[in-house]
Amino acid sequence: MSSLLALLIFVAFLAAFGIFIIVGTSALGPKPEVSKAKAMPYESGVVGTEQKDSRMSVKFYLTAILFILFDIEIIFMYPWAITFMDFVKSGQGMYMLGGMGVFVLLFVVGLIWEVKSKALDWN
Amino acid sequence: MGKDAFEITLNIVKMILIFLVMVQLVPVLVWAERRVSGFMQNRFGPNRIGPLGLMQLLADAVKFLFKEPFFPAKGVAAMYHAAPVMALIPGALALAAIPLSSAVIVEPFQWLGREFGPYTFLAQGYDFGVGIVMVLGISSLGAYSLLMAGWGSSNKYSLLGAVRASAQMISYELALGLSLVGILMIYGTFSFQEMINQQLGQALHFNALGKEVVISWLPNWGIFYNPLGALIFFCATFAESNRLPFDLPEAEGELVAGFHTEYGGFALLMFYIGEYGHMMVASALVTVFYLGGYTMPFYEITPAYVQQAWFGGMHPNWASLLTGVVFALVMLVKVMLLLWVFIWVRWTLPRFRYDHLMDLGWKTMLPWALFNTILTAAWIAFSWR
Repeated sequence: MSSLLALLIFVAFLAAFGIFIIVGTSALGPKPEVSKAKAMPYESGVVGTEQKDSRMSVKFYLTAILFILFDIEIIFMYPWAITFMDFVKSGQGMYMLGGMGVFVLLFVVGLIWEVKSKALDWN
Repeated sequence: MGKDAFEITLNIVKMILIFLVMVQLVPVLVWAERRVSGFMQNRFGPNRIGPLGLMQLLADAVKFLFKEPFFPAKGVAAMYHAAPVMALIPGALALAAIPLSSAVIVEPFQWLGREFGPYTFLAQGYDFGVGIVMVLGISSLGAYSLLMAGWGSSNKYSLLGAVRASAQMISYELALGLSLVGILMIYGTFSFQEMINQQLGQALHFNALGKEVVISWLPNWGIFYNPLGALIFFCATFAESNRLPFDLPEAEGELVAGFHTEYGGFALLMFYIGEYGHMMVASALVTVFYLGGYTMPFYEITPAYVQQAWFGGMHPNWASLLTGVVFALVMLVKVMLLLWVFIWVRWTLPRFRYDHLMDLGWKTMLPWALFNTILTAAWIAFSWR
């Protein structure tokens, strides 16, 4: 518990450090009048057309959803991975291997389906 | 002072020390990167300020402090200003979770008429016993700072760079996470300290086809057990820290400067601290998992041996402290060599195209990481010491 509290205080320290620097540099730096052209979004000389809610390709959201699916599957492998050696030593290795084999098979089928359905093609 | 309060203070002091070391290493790394880039491109790089140009980045940092604060007209103020602060946090937190040296053991002693000790100081900011899971969780938070920067700037290049960066980071995180499953099976623990202890002080030994093989001139390091996993992990960390050849988020030919287009001054430097922090965490993780952590390649030289043979004549407390310093230096050398590889690769490989990048992550590295997992599991199940 104590190390968790220490961690929280450390995060607060980091945030305070960052805010101190941001506020400090704004206080130290020169503050000239910012013209309208200077405050425009950086563009190669033309007036930018973007809004605050610019649209993005839906591909990115798809990638994020697929990531969540696969990441959770991978996280399920972690507890299995660290106990696997103990099970092998106690003679239950084949049982654990078979159990995980089914799970990995589902993972592989999912990945193949994902590639087949062209969810990962960028063009 | 209660025991809890003492421990909390100690942990905070250690974490702040680790953070300061990280921040101090950034100018050295930037300097090294620019000098090496100059060397590889047959030019000088920074060489004017201070010996070998070493003071260049300090001068730059002071200059950054006095830069004009800028805020883009259409930007979202809270996100724009919070993003560089957010960039500092994951790298520093993750680095604090990694043991950087052997534990310093202090026997009871008297000072100013009071009794102190015994203490055990781990060279590690905090330890929850979940080690790598914690670090993986924290370092994924890095994507948030990029997204906040891109969204907050309200610039299409920033936004595109940020969205690309987060898509790339999460895609390679799959390969990163899966490549570790093999080595976790071999160690059987999440704790970094346990992993290092298993690599400490013994020669490489394993069972092959029912026979015990001992290679006495190699240390018992993870890379010899799981070279494929090590390769995939190291490659994936390049994408995680947005380094060439995976630096699509800031591909200057297409995106001006990516997510930090609208930033300048110290805020920009904070993104750099975050990026180099990620590289340090990646190098430290590779070191702990595959290169024996702070252990020496000459495996007979363990912390206990060093304390006995090198500093045997001293008071045990000082001997323990000096041993800690020696092994911290070993860790530093290993991390520095890996960081050198980061810089080296930057000028060796060209940048990927975005679709090739995603294909490499999902269709090449993920299946290979899966293959590595299955291979390691089969090997452990059928033939293990």
